[in-house]
Parts: sequence; structure tokens; C-alpha cells
Amino acid sequence: MSAGIELTSKNFAAEVEQSPIPVLVDFWAEWCMPCRMIGPHIDDLAKTYAGRLKVGKVNVDNEAELAGRFNIISIPTLMVFKDGKVVRQQPGALPKQAIEKLFADQL
Amino acid sequence: MESYDLVIVGAGAAGLGAAQYGARANLKTLVIEEMAHGGQALLIDKLENYPGIPEPVDGYTWSETMRTQAVDFGAAVMSSSVASVRKDGERFVVETGDGPIAAKAVVIATGAKHRHLGAKGEEEFAGRGVSYCATCDGPFFRGKRMIVVGGGDSACDEAMFLSKLADKVVMVHRKDRFRAQKAVAARVLSNPKIEVRFETVLDEIKGTKAVEAAVLRNLRSGEVEEVPTSAVFVFVGSIPQVDALPPEVAKDDSGSIVTNDRMETSVPGLFAAGDVRATPFRQVVTAVSDGAIAAHCAAQYIDELEGKAYL
Repeated sequence: MSAGIELTSKNFAAEVEQSPIPVLVDFWAEWCMPCRMIGPHIDDLAKTYAGRLKVGKVNVDNEAELAGRFNIISIPTLMVFKDGKVVRQQPGALPKQAIEKLFADQL
Repeated sequence: MESYDLVIVGAGAAGLGAAQYGARANLKTLVIEEMAHGGQALLIDKLENYPGIPEPVDGYTWSETMRTQAVDFGAAVMSSSVASVRKDGERFVVETGDGPIAAKAVVIATGAKHRHLGAKGEEEFAGRGVSYCATCDGPFFRGKRMIVVGGGDSACDEAMFLSKLADKVVMVHRKDRFRAQKAVAARVLSNPKIEVRFETVLDEIKGTKAVEAAVLRNLRSGEVEEVPTSAVFVFVGSIPQVDALPPEVAKDDSGSIVTNDRMETSVPGLFAAGDVRATPFRQVVTAVSDGAIAAHCAAQYIDELEGKAYL
């Protein structure tokens, strides 16, 4: 069970764009092995940074509109949102400590 | 400081092989992985050349099986990054993201990462049409044209996978024939959806928001052509991951760790296995057997260290 919030085109504005704290968004799919590789890291980070960082997951198969809106054509792609704006976008799987660096300066 | 007989850095095919053999030799064994157990094997769509497994299995399932087997024999698995491995007297200290760990012997099984082409536009369009993982990004370009660069086993395997999704695959290779194993190369050459261009290099990747075209140059005629494409998949070899190693460890010109046939590096007690090692053939099965030899010889090294060598 994932610790991140399942993001959809319906809840994206409320959960991400209007979030009072930074949000780490993971674009992924079932069939993507590197996505499954970083899945446990994303879950760990959601627990470790609870209250300071929100973690959301976008399944690109179910949410083609969101994937298209952010031009996602490589997964996993990690994005960091702050005050409704994209502050970082990183394609490719990363070790946990490297993912932490993506948002550390935004907390 | 937590202490083990054998610490293995990397839990891909080589590391999991070493973990299983280390644990089964009654060594207190720890395998440390920063991403996910399985390593590059996780990306294999169908593992069909592993002896004893005639039914093709996906890399994820295979990796799970390997991990289970190592853990069942008593190996411990840890998820962390390794910053450095250094010798401290007779023992080793492995600096992890979660603190130092002591070991009597260490197996480096950190594997390799994909090599970049170095073409203009490659970095700019990474994640926007330039990819190093067919199974991850291929489905985004369903029904479109894709270019594959490379001529080894990976390039041929991935081109076959992509041909099932693509309208057409254009395969670009700088030599006049493939380096891949013959059966693998033959499949590509007889695939009607793959157009192979030998003695051709990719000079530039162009586009606005995403990849739109690639500039190909024929090395024989010098002819340059701009080919429209939605994606460029690059499989041009790998770079050994040796960042955490002590600098005194001997490496060859390509940066791979040099070992003898016991998988011993130039540092006593430090072993290497799998893709990180200088080896003529990089396969799942060769990585696993490297790991087995490394763990076996590490056990002998530890016995000698403790004056318990079997003479």
C-alpha cells in the first residue's frame, strides 16, 4: 500500500496547486520497472517528511490528461511543486538520498 | 559499529549471487543496495537465456526469486547508498547513508550505468524523447517512429521490444555489422519493422518541446540526413560504477575493476563481481557466477585471516 496520495485530474488543483506545503509528485505506471524500484523510497519519504512535504502519485495510464499537461514522456518523472509552481522536474530513477536532494531546499 | 563477515555492495545479479553463496558458507553476510534489488536485471523484458529456466521470465520476477533465495540462506539486505569503502587495518569500513559498517571482506558488485552517446541535444532532450530504457518509455511512443542507437545485445533486444510498439524502428550502428550474439542480431535483421543503418552515426537530436528529428550521417558516403522521429533510444554500452572504491584499486582503461580468476582485486580482502569487473561478457549468468566465486574466495580469505585456513 502506497503512502502517497493518488492524484487525479479532479484532485490535482486542491492537493498540489493549492497545497500549503511543498509537494513531491511521482509519475509512474505498473509496467515501469524503475518506477517500481523507487516506489519504496517514495513511500519512505512520505512517512519521514509527513507534515513538511506532501507526496502524491500520478498513474500515467489512468491519468493521461495530467501526464499530457506536464509533457511526461519518460517515467518515472519526479516533480516538486511549491506554491502551485513546478520548481523541479527530474526524469529517471534515483536513490533515496538523491530524491531527498530534489526537495530539501524547498522545505 | 555493526559488523559482518562479508559485506556486498550492490544487489544485482552479481551481488545477490554473492549473498547467497556467502550466507550458505556460514558467513554473516549483508548486501547493501541503493536502488532496488535486481539492478539492471529488473529492466529485462524477457530473460530467456538463463540456463535452467527455459520459460522466459521477466526481470522483476527473477530478481524477487534471487532475493528470496539469498535471504532464505541467511543473508541480510539493507537499503542505503554506499559513499565509500576503505581498509582500516585488517578490516574494511563501509560508509553507508545510515552509518558505517565493518566487514572482514567486501565484494563490490555495483554494476554499471548506461553510457551516453555524447550527441548534440542528447542532454537537452533527456526525458523528452531521449531514453535509455525501452520498457519504461517505449509505450509513450506507440504507433510512432523510433530510433535506436547501438549494435550490441542490449540494443538488439530493446529494438525487438520497441518494434512491437513502434510504427517503425530505425536502428543506427557505426560499424558494418552487429556486435550482438548471432541469434539476437539475426532476429533484428529479419524483422520487417526494423530498418538497420550500418556505418551510420547520430550527430544531433532536434526538436522544440520534445524530440522531433535526428541528424544521421553515413560514415562511408558522408551523406547527412535529417530523419523525423519521436524518440531516440540509446544503448551504447555501460560505465562501471566505481565511485565508492578506494583509489588504489586497479582498473583497466575503461574504468572496470581488474581481478584475477578468484575475483580478487589489487586490495587483499576486496573482491569484485559482475558488470563492474573487467570481463569479456556481461550477462546475468556470468554476473551470478562471478558473485559465487567472489563469495567462495572471500570465505577462504577470512579463514586465512583468522588462521583457520584449510590446508
